[in-house]
Amino acid sequence: MTYTDVAAFSQQFGLVYMVVLFLATVLYALWPRNKAKFDHAARMPLQEED
Amino acid sequence: MATQSIGGRPSGVDSLTLGGLLAALALVAIFAAARAVEPLFQFHAYVFLAGFALGILGLVLGARAGQSDETRYNEAIVRAGVVASMFWGVVGLLVGVVIACQLAWPSIFYFDDYGFLNFGRLRPLHTSAVIFAFGGNVLLCTSFYVVQRTCKARLAGGVWPWFVFWGYQLFIVIAATGYVTGVTQSREYAEPEWYADLWLTLVWVAYLLVFLGTIWKRKEPHIYVANWFYLAFIVTVAMLHIVNNLAMPASFAGTRSYSLFSGVQDALTQWWYGHNAVGFFLTAGFLAIMYYFVPKRAERPVYSYRLSIIHFWALIFTYIWAGPHHLHYTALPQWAQTLGMTFSIMLWMPSWGGMINGLMTLSGAWDKLRTDPVLRMLVVSVAFYGMSTFEGPVMSIRAVNALSHYTDWTIGHVHSGALGWVGYVSFGALYCLVPWLWKRQQLYSLKLVEWHFWVSTIGILFYIVAMWVSGITQGLMWRAYNDLGVLQFSFVETVEQMHIYYVIRVLGGALYLSGALIMAYNLWRTARGDVAAEKTKDSVAIAPQSGVIQAAE
Repeated sequence: MTYTDVAAFSQQFGLVYMVVLFLATVLYALWPRNKAKFDHAARMPLQEED
Repeated sequence: MATQSIGGRPSGVDSLTLGGLLAALALVAIFAAARAVEPLFQFHAYVFLAGFALGILGLVLGARAGQSDETRYNEAIVRAGVVASMFWGVVGLLVGVVIACQLAWPSIFYFDDYGFLNFGRLRPLHTSAVIFAFGGNVLLCTSFYVVQRTCKARLAGGVWPWFVFWGYQLFIVIAATGYVTGVTQSREYAEPEWYADLWLTLVWVAYLLVFLGTIWKRKEPHIYVANWFYLAFIVTVAMLHIVNNLAMPASFAGTRSYSLFSGVQDALTQWWYGHNAVGFFLTAGFLAIMYYFVPKRAERPVYSYRLSIIHFWALIFTYIWAGPHHLHYTALPQWAQTLGMTFSIMLWMPSWGGMINGLMTLSGAWDKLRTDPVLRMLVVSVAFYGMSTFEGPVMSIRAVNALSHYTDWTIGHVHSGALGWVGYVSFGALYCLVPWLWKRQQLYSLKLVEWHFWVSTIGILFYIVAMWVSGITQGLMWRAYNDLGVLQFSFVETVEQMHIYYVIRVLGGALYLSGALIMAYNLWRTARGDVAAEKTKDSVAIAPQSGVIQAAE
């Protein structure tokens, strides 16, 4: 395995890895079923009034 | 302080394990002091020994004081962290003003007979004091506060959080005394030698376990975004610290060690560490503060929780690659430099996403900026965050870096982030925490907060504007050629030009320090329960919260 092989693999794999991770995050954040959970979470610092 | 097991039954296992560990370490310290090959190592062994002895004493006294109450939050440790933050903050800023004076008036502030007070020794003392001692304590105490409140659970680990707190202070003392006496491995922001590094590793792993343990026993099903940021900060700093400090001691009874890395690999490891100290210590950790304290103070929910999730994952996966932009035009391969630069530019997106999320949390509450100087401080911190995360990627571009690198522009950039972002978000959090923790209705004086805000804001502006002008002047003078193709200016001519800017910097730093002193006074009076007789425009008092853990909703 030469330097060029390693570089080519890491560049291509790196691209796929970052794009897939990003898409997974965006999907998770925008998934409609998660909306209620996130709306609740957005208020978490405010919930502890006595 | 003895504790209870998970079932609520007193166990004290945590105290016994910690006591055993401290006793064993005390023996190691005695042995190290006896076998030391140099006086400085012996001195540090005695400092460690004193620390371990005090730790055992504290355990014994705490055990006699009685059980901790599992139905209440551990607020005592947060109070201790607030005091430590304020103390180290003032120390770090004071040393900063001293070294700024040394640069402005080198003939007056050069001490022939007291070498340990000169620039080379005090500069790491300043950087470490503000970043790790002040910033670190702010992160410790706010993370312990936020994780308990958002998990609705008492801090895990019994006495171990106290080990984390005092162990961290011991690390600061070892590091600081090392700097002034010349114990350094010369890695920027990672100067402490091998034995201090090992100690910090132990403390940090305990910190991680305490934090994870608290999340583990949470009563809220969802882990709030601030805790994700704290967790990323703790885990990544552990990784950076261990890898960058891999070294072989020259003697196990001496201070010197040699890094396992050499040449360009060494440089890359150091700046992978150095830039992620910025990314995870000074950014991720303080973003956690933003995501808790801005909504809390503004009494508004997070603007977009979805954006906060994208912000988190995009930020941590991008930051880790940005380090090579510190090594443009070096032996580092060109593609690696370009990679660092590209990721730095990509960081614009998550950084500004986060900034917008923080600022927009004020929607519906913008009027509070007029009446509440604490909220204004928090918001201005987020604005400075946006500004310095815009400036940073610009400076990482190779062509811009050719002008800016090694000049005061870098110093100005760092301080707009440090004074504006990290400083202000910390001050805002401390102003919130003191009335909450000492159960006071309000701060001693909002007028003094106004004074703090304006004095330090003017100080920051003096500082960063002076450094921009100074840095760009330096950069242009260093690259100026005359008709014969020879450098136009000698180095000392460029230094001469800096004098006036360095004087302005002293002024800016002194103003910022004055603001911090006003704050320390204000917080002290607040903790004592005093309230200044002053006309307030509006009550911005936030009632103190009880320390009782509530049921999850």
